[in-house]
Amino acid sequence: MERTEAEIIAAVLKGDAASFEPLIEKYSPRVFATARRYARRESEIEDIVQEVWLKAYQKLKSFRGEAPFEHWLMRLAVRTCYDFLRSHQRNREAVFTDLTEPEDDWLERFVHQPGAAREDSDAARQLVQRVLQQLSPPARLVITLLEIEDRSVKEISKMTGWSVPLVKVRAFRARAEMRRILAKIAKDKYL
Amino acid sequence: MSNMKLVDLERKLIAVARANPPSDLVPPTFEKRIMALINGGPVHDIWAVWAKALWYAAAPCVAIMLLFSGWAFIESSKTNQTPTIDLAQQLDNTLLAAVDQSNDSNR
Repeated sequence: MERTEAEIIAAVLKGDAASFEPLIEKYSPRVFATARRYARRESEIEDIVQEVWLKAYQKLKSFRGEAPFEHWLMRLAVRTCYDFLRSHQRNREAVFTDLTEPEDDWLERFVHQPGAAREDSDAARQLVQRVLQQLSPPARLVITLLEIEDRSVKEISKMTGWSVPLVKVRAFRARAEMRRILAKIAKDKYL
Repeated sequence: MSNMKLVDLERKLIAVARANPPSDLVPPTFEKRIMALINGGPVHDIWAVWAKALWYAAAPCVAIMLLFSGWAFIESSKTNQTPTIDLAQQLDNTLLAAVDQSNDSNR
């Protein structure tokens, strides 16, 4: 008979480290998907996920079982990703004049015929990455959680440990920051 | 580009990000790697620990150096002779006292 998560966690806490493996197998896809939102290089992504799991193992005692394990783990994952963004702040200096030809074409198409600029094109995906990379760590986190993952302010507050008013303030600033970046693209390209 | 277009572009890019969720692919045997790390306990890289200790020691060393420099400067401005040399000499003597003593005892 398959053990429940609570039983697995209880076994790990009693010292049976091997019982932790099914949890890693089950939730790694979600943790990888989360890490890929904030890091691009596979080596960095693997480092983030590894850190998440090691932290999860070390801090398992603090999991009280009031909320599902997945929520607790995702909170840990988001906070680890945020730490990663903060420690790699200096890397966000790509210049918009470096837009590739396909990205340039996509923007051109969007300006003249917004409907014709496809959402599933590689150029569009790269452009999104470029814009997100330019954002400050709190702005990137809040835009990702609020706008892209469509989470509520309350959820974000729980995930990040920020208060609800702080999330709102950071969301407001993040949107302004994103518009400044987009305005810069527009200025570089069209003025 | 007008403000209206910028807002549209923002919406479009958010829609692009939503339409393209990141892959959830896990590298093969990833869970085995994590389990090996968990079972092996913390891995200590001696050179990394040493480098970290040196790095941590750098700030107190700089602070002590600044403190002594400040002290020497204040002392020199107080006495107005050639006390910097005196203080430097005294510091030298103090630091090298052990060596001097061992040299004397060898003679």
